[in-house]
Amino acid sequence: MELIQQIVDGLGRGSIYALLALGIAVIFGVMHMVNFAHGELITVSAYTSYWLLTSGFDWWYVALAIIVVAAISSVVIEFVAFRWVRGAPDFTMLMTSFGVHFLVQALFVMYVSANFRQFPRPDWIFNTWKIGAINLEIYDLAVIATTLITLLGTYCLLQHTMFGISLRAAAEDFDAAHLMGIRSNRVIRGAFFLSGLLAGVAAVFWLMRSGQAGPVAGLNPMLKGVLAALIGGLGSLSGAVLGGFALGLVEVLLIARLPTEVVGLTDGIVFVLIALLFVFRPQGLITVHHVERV
Amino acid sequence: MDSGLLNVENLNTRYGSIRAIRRVGLTVKAGEIVCLIGPNGAGKTTLLGTVAGLLNPVQGQVVFNNVDITGWSPDRVLRAGLSLVPEHRRIFGNFTVRENLLVGGVTLSQDQRENLLEEMLDLFPVLKDKLSVSAGFLSGGEAQQLAIGRALMSNPKMLLMDEPSLGLAPVLVDVVFELISKLRDSGRTLLVVEQNAQRILNVADRAYVMRSGQVVAEGSASELSGSEDLFKTYLGGSGVAA
Repeated sequence: MELIQQIVDGLGRGSIYALLALGIAVIFGVMHMVNFAHGELITVSAYTSYWLLTSGFDWWYVALAIIVVAAISSVVIEFVAFRWVRGAPDFTMLMTSFGVHFLVQALFVMYVSANFRQFPRPDWIFNTWKIGAINLEIYDLAVIATTLITLLGTYCLLQHTMFGISLRAAAEDFDAAHLMGIRSNRVIRGAFFLSGLLAGVAAVFWLMRSGQAGPVAGLNPMLKGVLAALIGGLGSLSGAVLGGFALGLVEVLLIARLPTEVVGLTDGIVFVLIALLFVFRPQGLITVHHVERV
Repeated sequence: MDSGLLNVENLNTRYGSIRAIRRVGLTVKAGEIVCLIGPNGAGKTTLLGTVAGLLNPVQGQVVFNNVDITGWSPDRVLRAGLSLVPEHRRIFGNFTVRENLLVGGVTLSQDQRENLLEEMLDLFPVLKDKLSVSAGFLSGGEAQQLAIGRALMSNPKMLLMDEPSLGLAPVLVDVVFELISKLRDSGRTLLVVEQNAQRILNVADRAYVMRSGQVVAEGSASELSGSEDLFKTYLGGSGVAA
């Protein structure tokens, strides 16, 4: 019974990681860049939540605002920073993403505060649903359900719309996609918008639980998202989702099963497990195939 | 300037410090099949890449359908009506055959796309039964047909083909040349880069011979295919076209 509870808990946590990882994978697909600025969408969302909630807005409106703000911020970051290094060596793009990450942090430190600011969390996230001997958190169920709906929507968008097909084509072979008439500006902007939307949904649940805004609020979610994308196999969208769920499950199971005196080592153990995974599967859980036959 | 559908004048393109093509000029008239032949490293692919917008020329002009398209991006060149079947096909291996064809028609309306899809399946019946098959699992010949079909899905005024027989087994090479003949018979305009000079000269109307980044000979395909000197001097062979 305890295990079922932990699995639901892990899937709840993993859902957020999956959404973050999917956003990172989408950007990696079209730009071949691990976007270390992805966490800044959470930071911006956190301050949006703080300002709106302390101004008396209800969480439902705030949730909507977070998603919109994250999507717009993502497109703005692409326009302001990444557009200018498009086609540059991978290292340049990587440095640019770090630059955006540190710049956004610094702007919040300079113009808002270096300290964390608390905002009210919705009451319902602490409710539980008792089924026999199992106590399920409503929050976990809400995260899992929302994530599944979001992933289904994203799947339909990517599989059944020309935008989705264009995005996947650009992710597989950017030059060939360009030759087919796919506009690079449009597809990259679309990728950042989609990535921002996914980060926004993740941010809603992350912030509901954390209840605080600070300049480094996005650091932890960014790291989890990047790790999940790496575990799944960079370049694979389904891998990113799988990586997110796997990371969430492993974290929760470790926290629950490790002896109390070593539970603080959870993150370290997770990294060791990831290192071991890469020893045996350097490409991550899912291998991206480009089969060429004669 | 000559009144061809495609006119290339005095084109120069660099790869870093190397000038890959120098003062190249050529003309392709509507309804013609023109081929570019020459040894490896002659600059044929660079020339196609420059025309298609993949490379920027340092000098010269590319005029297509009376519009100067020099330096345009590949998506803009395609919208102007010039579609490239790239070297090694570059089909999307993780896509189904249907999705590959649909990507080719991304610039069109949904109705136009569906109509052209039907046309392509009539032109390439081998693809009909494989619409939901992952393109990565096609044979080389099927993949080449898919690459050509995908390029035709944009309903181009002219098709550029880069080494369509490259890397194919001999039996599949026959399929590709039959396909080019089929396209010729349907009145399409083609500029084809091909290593297999003898085979392409059999189906082309005119040819340009390139060497070391320059056009060194040009003429009708029948005239060039009968020239033993041409094969000896520029193409490293002694035979004439069969």
